[in-house]
Amino acid sequence: MSTRPRSQSHRIPGRGLIDRTKPLRFQFDGRSYEGFAGDTLASALLANGVRLMGRSFKYHRPRGVLTAGSEEPNALVTVLEDGQHTPNIRATMQELYAGLNARSQNRWPSLGFDAMAVNDYASPFLSAGFYYKTFMWPRAFWERLYEPVIRRAAGLGALSGVADTAVYEKAFAHCDLLVIGAGPSGLIAALSAGRAGADVILVEEDRRLGGRLLADQPLIDGKSGVAWAEGIAEELASLPNVRVMTRTTVTGAYDGGTYGALERVGLHLAPRAELPRECFWRITARRTVLSAGALERPIAHPDNDRPGVMLASGLRAYVARWGVNPGPVVVFSTNDSGLEAARALTRMGVEVAAYVDPRAVPVVEEFPVYAKAQVVGTQGRLGLKTAAIQHAGGISQVDARVLALAGGWNPSVHLACHMNGRPAWSEKIAGFVPVADMVPGMAAAGAASGVFSTAGCLADGLKAARAALDDLGIAAPDVPLPLAEDAPYAIAPLWAVDAGGRAWLDFANDVTTKDVALAAQEGFASVEHMKRYTTQGMAPDQGKSSNVGALAVLAEASGQSIPATGTTTFRPPFVPVSIAALGAGGRGEGFAPRRLLTSDAQSRAMGAPMIEAGLWYRPSYYPREGEADWRAACDREVQMVRKYVGITEVGTLGKIDVQGTDTARFLDFVYSNMMSTLKVGRARYGLMLREDGFVMDDGTCARMSDTHYVVTTTTAAAGLVMRHMEFAHQAFCANLNVRFTSVTETWAQFAIAGPRAAEVLATVCEAPELPFMGCAELEIGGIAGRIFRISFSGEMGYEVAVPTRYGADLFAHLVRAAEALGGGAYGMEALNVLRIEKGFLTHAELDGRVTAEDIGLGRMVSAKKDCIGKGASQRPELVAAGRAQLVGLLPVDPAHEISAGAHLYASDAKPLRENGQGYVTSVGPSPTLGQWIGLGFVVNGRKRHGEVLRLYDGLRGRDVPVQLVDPVFYDPEGGRMRG
Amino acid sequence: MVKLRATEPTPRLPLEIGAARLAAVDAGQVTSVAPYPGCDVTPVLASAGLAFPAPNSMAASGALRIVWAGREMAFLLGGPAPEGLEDLAALSDQSDGWVFVQLTGAAARDVLARVTPLDLRDAAMPVASAARTLINHMPALILHNAPQAYEIAVFRSMAATLVEELEAAMTAVAARAELTA
Repeated sequence: MSTRPRSQSHRIPGRGLIDRTKPLRFQFDGRSYEGFAGDTLASALLANGVRLMGRSFKYHRPRGVLTAGSEEPNALVTVLEDGQHTPNIRATMQELYAGLNARSQNRWPSLGFDAMAVNDYASPFLSAGFYYKTFMWPRAFWERLYEPVIRRAAGLGALSGVADTAVYEKAFAHCDLLVIGAGPSGLIAALSAGRAGADVILVEEDRRLGGRLLADQPLIDGKSGVAWAEGIAEELASLPNVRVMTRTTVTGAYDGGTYGALERVGLHLAPRAELPRECFWRITARRTVLSAGALERPIAHPDNDRPGVMLASGLRAYVARWGVNPGPVVVFSTNDSGLEAARALTRMGVEVAAYVDPRAVPVVEEFPVYAKAQVVGTQGRLGLKTAAIQHAGGISQVDARVLALAGGWNPSVHLACHMNGRPAWSEKIAGFVPVADMVPGMAAAGAASGVFSTAGCLADGLKAARAALDDLGIAAPDVPLPLAEDAPYAIAPLWAVDAGGRAWLDFANDVTTKDVALAAQEGFASVEHMKRYTTQGMAPDQGKSSNVGALAVLAEASGQSIPATGTTTFRPPFVPVSIAALGAGGRGEGFAPRRLLTSDAQSRAMGAPMIEAGLWYRPSYYPREGEADWRAACDREVQMVRKYVGITEVGTLGKIDVQGTDTARFLDFVYSNMMSTLKVGRARYGLMLREDGFVMDDGTCARMSDTHYVVTTTTAAAGLVMRHMEFAHQAFCANLNVRFTSVTETWAQFAIAGPRAAEVLATVCEAPELPFMGCAELEIGGIAGRIFRISFSGEMGYEVAVPTRYGADLFAHLVRAAEALGGGAYGMEALNVLRIEKGFLTHAELDGRVTAEDIGLGRMVSAKKDCIGKGASQRPELVAAGRAQLVGLLPVDPAHEISAGAHLYASDAKPLRENGQGYVTSVGPSPTLGQWIGLGFVVNGRKRHGEVLRLYDGLRGRDVPVQLVDPVFYDPEGGRMRG
Repeated sequence: MVKLRATEPTPRLPLEIGAARLAAVDAGQVTSVAPYPGCDVTPVLASAGLAFPAPNSMAASGALRIVWAGREMAFLLGGPAPEGLEDLAALSDQSDGWVFVQLTGAAARDVLARVTPLDLRDAAMPVASAARTLINHMPALILHNAPQAYEIAVFRSMAATLVEELEAAMTAVAARAELTA
């Protein structure tokens, strides 16, 4: 085992865009290291001589960092913070901060010695698709053994199991021009549009602007590209119409110019209490420039995956931007970009031990050139030691710490393909390029469109900005084109070196050229099949560095050209997005608005557990001292209402002001029964049907004046009924003089129910003599309010309404008055029992599948007039015999409990679907009857009262006989409430 | 006989976090005005110095404000409806149905950008414009009263959620500002 590396042993003095005055201590796998401000975890580890950073997914092969960017497939680590940990963080994206604590993944017991590496020795049996051919026998072993073992072995990092309680954000932004990527093309495009006065948003994944200028550092207008970028950044920051968003990745392109973007707000710092970790943005742009650059490809050759093997572009970045001294480097390249990388490295003082190129390149360089050659193998399991170069003279072993691969560049076309477009193959650059208008309003520029020279990118960026400004109708300013290198890009692609041994394509999912060839051999020759069969491209990096290589190998194996073999499509997100960012603010009670009653604070203070229904929080019951559970409280509350008086807030029910000279006529149209005959000062129960004839909702309608009704609806149906009435008016009778306004929120309403209701009422108002179902306006507690003599409990009762701001105080007064008379507040449990005792219905019964006739209210569909749904309700199947009808249910044994949702069968029948006779919709323990009661629907139920059926609830293990009875269990004449 | 007392809908306000301030607003009497089909409310409103607002607009006259609040609907704020309006439009008292707050300060727009998908740029939502939109999942009415002042109204029952979610947005925006400070 190697000795612990000296602190920052691999730095080049004086080089890099890091701040050497700010050292930062960090930990990796329990060891302490030091880096500098400006480092990423990857660059700091390399500077400390650490090349081994992870173990591969399937074979647990030792791996190092392959790239310097967000496309990193190998160096995935877990970051530990604050009693929490986050897996699968790319070490190239994790900015260094003081105290950073990271850990490698997918290895046991340690990165240097991973017991699971035994998989690598079993590799001939673990090639692509192995699980389709094995683990078949014995059958029983699949669920018991194979699947659990495979599950444990699969995956990379592990979740902490601790809920993520950190802060995340979501936000929206709008602009005229969205520029994606702040390399040379993006910078000049943003500058141009910014100077023109357009609203510009420039989004850059890195922490600073510049893109490849930061790594390659070419000259622009005679000065360093880095300085040029800084100058542009300064000007952009000064323009009020330009918003620069760094550390932000555009993740997806959607309809209507909408883009998703993930911003790393706090991940580059130690956790701070109120600072969001991430922000998920939705940006809407009229036009977009995709200046997202290009990603370099590796070359597939035997053992091309050792720690120390990386992309040439990544190496350049580590040297130039982060001042890392890699040690002796072998460069294996198929194109001029790789050659330029070797030259640049040499200029920066790096030892290039060999430049290997399959092309006939001239050998006159400051480093040894192996022309018409290729790398055929490497040595050094835990860190590269030598590279084997095959050339005309044979095979040479060259000592190297780093092998830099330059296999060519892939324009980043991903976002352009998000709306199902496919890019086009360009023979010239041996890569895919975007096709115009794949995303409406988006145009690619620079390397993203296959233009690779600095001068070319600058010109392309200006051109794209000009075109966008033109579309936007904004005059383009005169921005001079800066001078820069315009070197040609020549490439002779070498997709795979065939020299025995495994050549890696997809590092993240451990897919080799052999796997792809195997897929073709087994008949999975389409790229979509190859992808799923081998899992190439399906890892967190989504194949960014392997898609094209795999496609090329597949093309060769199936004897087709690359364009003919096609490409799989790209879908959002472009980079992994945490669920916490997508769902920011939506955890726990943040998921939906809480609608609180005016009595909410008092109910909670009285110890009532609250339940949520239709966003409203309502009290379940009001426990009193000595009551052991909900049942005790519920029983007491029901009896309290029936004997004395109870108070409950009913303001959640929808209330709609319907006004206008045609109101009565309109209500006759939407209600099944007559509402036009309702007298002023009276309320009436009504049914509303859907257009298909089924019951939509029931409610009470109160007539306040000739042209003013107040319609009430079930709590959860308030919006539904409002929409229904609006639709009916607009679609069927727009000429009717009627308007609808929701007043659910405007009134706080309370039920005063029980024989002593009038006494309670007298403490807050001088109530007029009201007949049953009468209503009136009157002063309550000195405030203009309303009173309705209606009852949902079946007892003498009133509902009183005051403007919402007085609700809390009114509730306090009513409860006090009730308690003085032996009563008090009651909750939803008791409310439910009371109404079941009376056979009153809720949406448990009116579930959208029942007709008026089914619930025994067929006569409420008036014969004297038409209404919405009447015609449809008379369709043969809805009036045929044999429909399920509302019944009451009484357990034969009074000790038995029954459950809603249970189904009903003949006493001697098996509880199977085909024997079903009906189902149970509501149940409750009735202290009035001394046993559980329920409501439900049974075939021909109304004719079967007295019959005993079998109630079966397989979930709760209930199997009890129940008798069918009239759904009104208590006071069937209604004398108590009409009294 | 008891005399009922009113309850404050947003007792936690005012809140000041970073460069944003959230305060309660007493909008006074609020009446929804929905002209009946074919009725012209212009003359009656003119007598109060107002006109029925075009979509997304609002106007003021003395203590009265009129705000577009949806399809063929306006809210009259700050006083009783002019006489005769009840014959031409459905009027409904909304004073207790909505809770009003005002978000002000240099960070107001940034805070609002966390909770509403609306385009808040000046060209799209200038001063004296209004919009029916969402604040997260709450139906809302937003009035752009001044460059750094937005009045926000949601259903009164959602007042607690409104304050909580705006407070969270204000806190997050302030935490970011601290980074660059």
